[in-house]
Amino acid sequence: MKSILIYQNSYHARITTFPFGKVKVRASSFLICIFLLWSCSQTENKIVTLNFWAMGVEGEVVSKLIPDFEKEFPNIKIKVQQIPWTAAHEKLITAFASETLPDVFQLGNTWIPEFKALNAIAPLNNFINHSSVVSANKYFEGIWDTNVIDSIIYGIPWYVDTRVLFYRKDILESVGYKDPPKTWNELFEMSVKIRDKFKGQTKYAMLIPTNEWVPFIIFGIQNGSSLLKDNDEYADFSGKKFKDAFDFLIKFYRERLAPTDMQQVLNIYQAFAEGFFTFYITGPWNVTEMKKRLPISLQDSWMTAPLPSPDSNYPGYSLAGGSSLVLNKNSKNKIYAWKWIEYLSKNETQLQFYKLVSSLPAVKKVWEDSTFANDPYMRAFYIQLHKTKATPKIPEWEQIVFSKIQQYAEAVATNKMNSRQALNLLDEDANKILEKRRWILSKER
Amino acid sequence: MRSSVNIKILILFLGPSLIVLTVFFFLPVIAAFFLSLTDFDIYSLGNISYLRFVGFENYVQLLNDPLFWTALKNTFYFVLVGGPLSVVVSLGTAVLLNSKFVPFKKLFRLIYFLPVVTTLVAVSIVWKYIYHPRFGLLNYFLSLFNIGPLDWLGNPSLAMPSIILMAIWKNFGYNMIIFIAGLQNIPLELYESASIEGANAWQKFKYITIPMLAPTTLFVSVITMIGYFQLFAEPYVMTQGGPLNSTLSIVLYMYQEGFRWWNIGYSTSIAFMLFVIILIGTIIQFKLQKEKYV
Repeated sequence: MKSILIYQNSYHARITTFPFGKVKVRASSFLICIFLLWSCSQTENKIVTLNFWAMGVEGEVVSKLIPDFEKEFPNIKIKVQQIPWTAAHEKLITAFASETLPDVFQLGNTWIPEFKALNAIAPLNNFINHSSVVSANKYFEGIWDTNVIDSIIYGIPWYVDTRVLFYRKDILESVGYKDPPKTWNELFEMSVKIRDKFKGQTKYAMLIPTNEWVPFIIFGIQNGSSLLKDNDEYADFSGKKFKDAFDFLIKFYRERLAPTDMQQVLNIYQAFAEGFFTFYITGPWNVTEMKKRLPISLQDSWMTAPLPSPDSNYPGYSLAGGSSLVLNKNSKNKIYAWKWIEYLSKNETQLQFYKLVSSLPAVKKVWEDSTFANDPYMRAFYIQLHKTKATPKIPEWEQIVFSKIQQYAEAVATNKMNSRQALNLLDEDANKILEKRRWILSKER
Repeated sequence: MRSSVNIKILILFLGPSLIVLTVFFFLPVIAAFFLSLTDFDIYSLGNISYLRFVGFENYVQLLNDPLFWTALKNTFYFVLVGGPLSVVVSLGTAVLLNSKFVPFKKLFRLIYFLPVVTTLVAVSIVWKYIYHPRFGLLNYFLSLFNIGPLDWLGNPSLAMPSIILMAIWKNFGYNMIIFIAGLQNIPLELYESASIEGANAWQKFKYITIPMLAPTTLFVSVITMIGYFQLFAEPYVMTQGGPLNSTLSIVLYMYQEGFRWWNIGYSTSIAFMLFVIILIGTIIQFKLQKEKYV
């Protein structure tokens, strides 16, 4: 496979240097083949083509970083394929099943456990030990941790993502608060004041979408719940820590501090502008969107803040999100692919990448650049990124949160169940999903 | 002697297609059935020794899965409401296009057939815009009559009707062509003699057109039903099964279980359930039609 790639590349490389660009390929292809094979063995300068898959906007933009890399490493060519996020997971797994995964690819960091279970990605400890660019202490701790399973490192953070509190400064000031909430109690108090101020109008203090699992998991983590227990073999949602956090959020629906009817919020930017809600926990992509979509007169009226905490240890934890770069375990070009990962992890490349797509850099040092220092909205993210936690690192996690937590949170928010019932059922469902994991672990013991 | 020649000819003509069918259809179906008796999942994909034979446990679990029943209910809703409506619309346009009073028949036939040959995904994306609560064409028209704005795809009770409406628009052209062919096969003498007897248009339609079209109608309804049971691309593109699972169809559920969560064993058992349901539906339709007209 490798030799074929090299042969193809030398063909492309040669065609510009040798004067047979216009030779009728069909007639003389056989001769060319022989000639190229011969010329290939003559030159030491082998060219390696790396296949690289990246998702979404990042995948579109990353090709702009390639020319500089190829200048630095003339014997490596990068071939990028861009995959839309909505199809990424299916595409990667299908590629694994048909053994066509690329040499190096981007992976949402919550997918790493799954690809580790598949035995599809290579451990990187050895590469890191010999690297002058990548080392654990350059990265945010919580984010780095999402790439480590049983002390083996499988991915290098490429860009990061976490959730913070977006809020309306002007509304908060109008009910007598200068600073955003630092504790859960403050958040609740402020919310009650905001509700009372807008009595009679359909306005709420906080937007907690019932069709999103994120806030429930964040508050659970903040309250010290490990979400799963016994070596991640059983669910622990009905445990006291998660239940208290869950009940705290449910109180927002019960006290009419948060809307349960999501149809009222067709467009969150418009709703945020109208003061339909004051608090909203969301991610960095919405900084760009808010700047773009809120009217200019409101641009000074909103701000971001780290998340409040259940105790006095401000800020509270948030999710360690983002994407990592991983190596295909079966790739023959791992050393070259590692060069590409290193290149993308360099401070300059990370900054350049931020300027291209505004994906938050994974390397801490980069945040000291003036681009970030001058952006007040980014401060909250920088602080928050120091306090993030990984969700349980097992392949089943995504299925549990996406298919189950949402469903039960919605049922309780709309008063179809009480939280005790819902969390017991949630545990039951999650334990069913975890059955295979228990079986495998018991087999290995 | 003669029979051996026949067999040779049979093999010559049927062989290639039988081989293709076996390799690409029968074998995968059998393999899928065996998969449905196992718990093939992401672990098994990485390491085949993590595969367990579970017998009919997947099927038992499926019958106890509330989401499966929701999907089943939604699919039946779609088939039972959308299917007959689609057949009626096709028949209506076919009769109109077959009548002598309509000009530009070929043009209309072309226009009505266009959606059928357009890619479903592209059509779904366009309809997503048409249904947009704020900028959609449909709400714009309704606003002229002071109705709305309605959140077509965001409201759990409106989402399925919206998908049915789109599916009918997309599919009726195909059945319409078949109906037109069926209509042209009805001997004109029947209508003439009916006219002489003094039958009006409705009576002619009821006592001549409908009975004469019975075989066509049977074919059309079976094909439509089978197609509609496999509802997938519309909700996949437009709603992802939401809101509140109100547009989750069986095939979409199968897809999510299989390709999103990679529970292949479980999702193949859904596929076989769907197969059984379609089989039963077809048998019932054949029975009904036979009793009526034969």
